[in-house]
Amino acid sequence: MSQYLQNFKKFQPLLNELVARDIKIKYRRSVLGVLWTLLNPLCMMIVLSVVFSNLFKFDVENFPLYILSGQVIFNFFSDSTTSSMSAIINNSSLIKKIYVPKYLFVLSRVFSSFINLLASFTALLLVMVATRAELHWTVLLVPVPLLLLVAFSLGIGLILSAITVKFRDIMHLYSVFTTALMYLTPVIYPLSILPDWLLPVVKYNPITNILLMFRDVMINDSVFSLSSLLIAVLEAVIALFIGLRVFYKHQDEFILNI
Amino acid sequence: MDKPTVIKVEHVSMKFNLSSEKFDSFKEYVIKSIKKQVSFDEFWALKDVSFEIFKGDSLGLIGLNGSGKSTMLKTIAGVLKPTKGSVEVQGTVAPLIELGAGFDMDLTARENVFLNGALLGYPREEMENYYEDIVEFSELKDFMNVPVKNFSSGMVSRLAFAIATIGTPDILIVDEVLSVGDFLFQQKCEERIRNMMKNGTTILFVSHSIDQVRSLCNKIVWLEHGQVRMFGDAAEICDQYSQL
Repeated sequence: MSQYLQNFKKFQPLLNELVARDIKIKYRRSVLGVLWTLLNPLCMMIVLSVVFSNLFKFDVENFPLYILSGQVIFNFFSDSTTSSMSAIINNSSLIKKIYVPKYLFVLSRVFSSFINLLASFTALLLVMVATRAELHWTVLLVPVPLLLLVAFSLGIGLILSAITVKFRDIMHLYSVFTTALMYLTPVIYPLSILPDWLLPVVKYNPITNILLMFRDVMINDSVFSLSSLLIAVLEAVIALFIGLRVFYKHQDEFILNI
Repeated sequence: MDKPTVIKVEHVSMKFNLSSEKFDSFKEYVIKSIKKQVSFDEFWALKDVSFEIFKGDSLGLIGLNGSGKSTMLKTIAGVLKPTKGSVEVQGTVAPLIELGAGFDMDLTARENVFLNGALLGYPREEMENYYEDIVEFSELKDFMNVPVKNFSSGMVSRLAFAIATIGTPDILIVDEVLSVGDFLFQQKCEERIRNMMKNGTTILFVSHSIDQVRSLCNKIVWLEHGQVRMFGDAAEICDQYSQL
């Protein structure tokens, strides 16, 4: 264990550089640069709230805020897992030539998505100010659902990155999967509109649980229940555990398949 | 010998599966495994290779194309895990395997210096100290803010060499890099390698230029079809090799 920690410490500067690279390349040659991470969710929120508040009449107070909070959480999950999926393949030239702990590539992708999440979180705060929504003291608890989300996404990202090396098809399939998952998460609609048969599916979706926790502390001025906290912790731990197992089992074969 | 062992290669064998039909998709895999068509041709890139290198040695790896030199280097660098046997390495390894392996073509030279430094395990602050030296050695002062994709191959290799040879790593792996760049730069590189050797760095050198090997190395491993054909003092083996 201490050996792993030492190794991690040695390569920690690399993690910083990899994250910096991801961010730099994403916004190179764009005039507004990093500002886009803030503007993008705002624009999406405007489009979605215009569309949905005219098409459907959901019984939700402060609908823009509702949508944006859902997007902050869900987009992080889909961004981080989608980009982790190609983390190993895209860095194949490095992996083939230099010894580097391979999980670092996945970790760096998750971290750069987290930086995007912080930007869209700032957008959320701005919208709260603009719509005169009250900010409650429960906001202080917001790191809890966020950290659980990061751990959960990292676990899923590790699994996906390892499988994708062998079966590239997953990349195409996964975008369909995330779209389906988005509709199975109460990002744009309230739970109350769901028919009875669908409700359990949405409720047992791990992202739903984390999203509800997030909304509780951000918007609803309430603290999430202990049971949802425990479930979220359990899910994050299981995802991480399986992710690490799968990744470590396959990581020596990566080089033969990339 | 009272010098400490730096690299110990024991009975290393490396097997590759040459999939007779390569499948990249899940569907193909399932269909082929149902039809029991998943067949692999085995290929042993290395067969029972053993040798030992002591501190301060400089080892030349020679052999014809396809004799397993690169595979050998990769197992020593820790990139490949040998199928059988073990490789023990004491100390830090600075790989210089193929040019610009660690470069991100979209980043500028300056940003790449820090990225590459981090790949070799140097934190940013330490790299700041080496930065001037790298710029000067690579003679790229006017190009540091240009994306590397616009560099010529000679420029890339100069930068790569300058970065990989900072500090004093315990082991430096040089794989066919000296053949790029003009002869003046080649001389500069050789000089730098010699300096590192004086400071106790162990060199692993792969080249097809037998003269370079002769002038830099004191020991040689001659690989043939994945097996060690000869291992020993440089001068003697070089003579035999050049008679091929």
